[in-house]
Amino acid sequence: MPDAVLFYVFAAVAIGASLLVIGQRNPMYSIMLLIASFGALSALYIQLDAPFVAMAQIIVYAGAIMVLFLFVVMLLNAPQEDAAQWDRTHPLRRPGMGRFGAMLAALLIVQLVWALVRVNDAGTAVGARGDVADLSSVRSVGRVLFTDYMFAFEATSILILVAMVGAVVLAAREERR
Amino acid sequence: MDQATLRFLIQLGIIGLTFFMLINASALLVLAERKIMGFMQQRYGPYLVGPHGLLQPLADILKLLFKEELRPKDADKWLFTLAPIVSVTAAFAAFAAVPWGAETTFFGLLDTPVKLGVADVNVAVLVVFAITSMGVYGIVLAGWSSNSKYSLLGGLRSSAQMISYELAYATALAAVIMLAGSLSLRSVVDAQAGYWFGFIPRWYLFLQPLGFIIYVIAGVAETNRAPFDFPEAEQELVAGYNTEYSSVRFALFPQAEYINMTTMSAVATDLYLGGWHGPFLERFGLGWVWFLVKVGIILFGYIWVRWTVPRYRYDQLMQFGWKWLFPAAVLNLIATAAFILYFNA
Repeated sequence: MPDAVLFYVFAAVAIGASLLVIGQRNPMYSIMLLIASFGALSALYIQLDAPFVAMAQIIVYAGAIMVLFLFVVMLLNAPQEDAAQWDRTHPLRRPGMGRFGAMLAALLIVQLVWALVRVNDAGTAVGARGDVADLSSVRSVGRVLFTDYMFAFEATSILILVAMVGAVVLAAREERR
Repeated sequence: MDQATLRFLIQLGIIGLTFFMLINASALLVLAERKIMGFMQQRYGPYLVGPHGLLQPLADILKLLFKEELRPKDADKWLFTLAPIVSVTAAFAAFAAVPWGAETTFFGLLDTPVKLGVADVNVAVLVVFAITSMGVYGIVLAGWSSNSKYSLLGGLRSSAQMISYELAYATALAAVIMLAGSLSLRSVVDAQAGYWFGFIPRWYLFLQPLGFIIYVIAGVAETNRAPFDFPEAEQELVAGYNTEYSSVRFALFPQAEYINMTTMSAVATDLYLGGWHGPFLERFGLGWVWFLVKVGIILFGYIWVRWTVPRYRYDQLMQFGWKWLFPAAVLNLIATAAFILYFNA
């Protein structure tokens, strides 16, 4: 019972904060709300007995990526983001983009409904397959990451490394000028 | 009273005690800092309020409480208020995962032993790391929302510094985690029980001397203390990110800093100095005294360094972090991995 109450509290915080992220104009507030949303999500992970995932969520998303966002917003010093002042010819404002976005949203909804229906059919949650205990163990996460998903893992690392080198190259070029 | 109620009350008591100790740690550190600084500069330090100036922190707090709260006209109202709260909350919350004593039955009061510490989390190292890294938001928000150039520069410097040093910090932690084979601080401490050859304590300090040095340096930088106190470099930035703060809101920032120092020292004690393990006292269930002594020694080191080493230059700080400290931490990690593979295989 307390678990269910906590679940609804954190789920409500996550959804409410996420809605507010896109619902208001000040990017600084958006960032803080997104962090709150991440925090609520990680609380949900803890409820799912996956403390490692929860902490990874906080360290990587709330800790590292959002600091970067904050940095960018602070440096741009643009507390107002007014849609009305936007350039009408901005690529994001083309009607085709809006339709594409709506299509993606519809697709997501269909997917979610499908997943939920399937869960109800089976009568069990996705996590009830018996590997929940494995999820919570750092050891098994590490083992799977370095055996079954070795290629994906290494490919991702190389991708990030390339992005990093690219950023350094771009920054260095600007300095030389 | 039945066991379950007693147990609950004792757990509650431990939580309250931890909170109380943290608050007092920040007050005591203020006094210790001023006293030690005075000693190093050949003067008395505070000595008028109470015996030997012991009540000075109380006087400081009272003074700050009665000061007027100011907020710059163009400051962002919400974030300006939120920033100190975030700082101090993150500081307190991080300590929740730090164990500070062995299991005890309180001299036979309980039939199953209770663990000294707020929460026994199986990923405690990550919890402490994640929550302390949230503290940077307090500083960055304070810097940005004050709408002052000194504050903004302080906030920017702090975020850059913390991101840079977090890497070395986490890499140093990883080596200890590999040695202990667990992310739980309690298991890390328990892995350090006993002696080599009967007299050298099995502390990870002796297996990880480089890791310990890296941890301490990165820890000083993470808590924004001298010689890495750039966010509040007085000579350049007035007071850095907290320039525009006054009264209680101001008081929360140094408090968060002192609590972060305490957490950093407590984690260092758990990871490298064998936590509550030590000769003699442990037999009487007083291992936590060792813990407090070790934390106190590290905290003294913090203050000692602050008043002896001059501040770095900002670019030197970044160079040091990225070009020396981080590679050293990675080397340490690789060496540790090789060591474990060689001796365990």
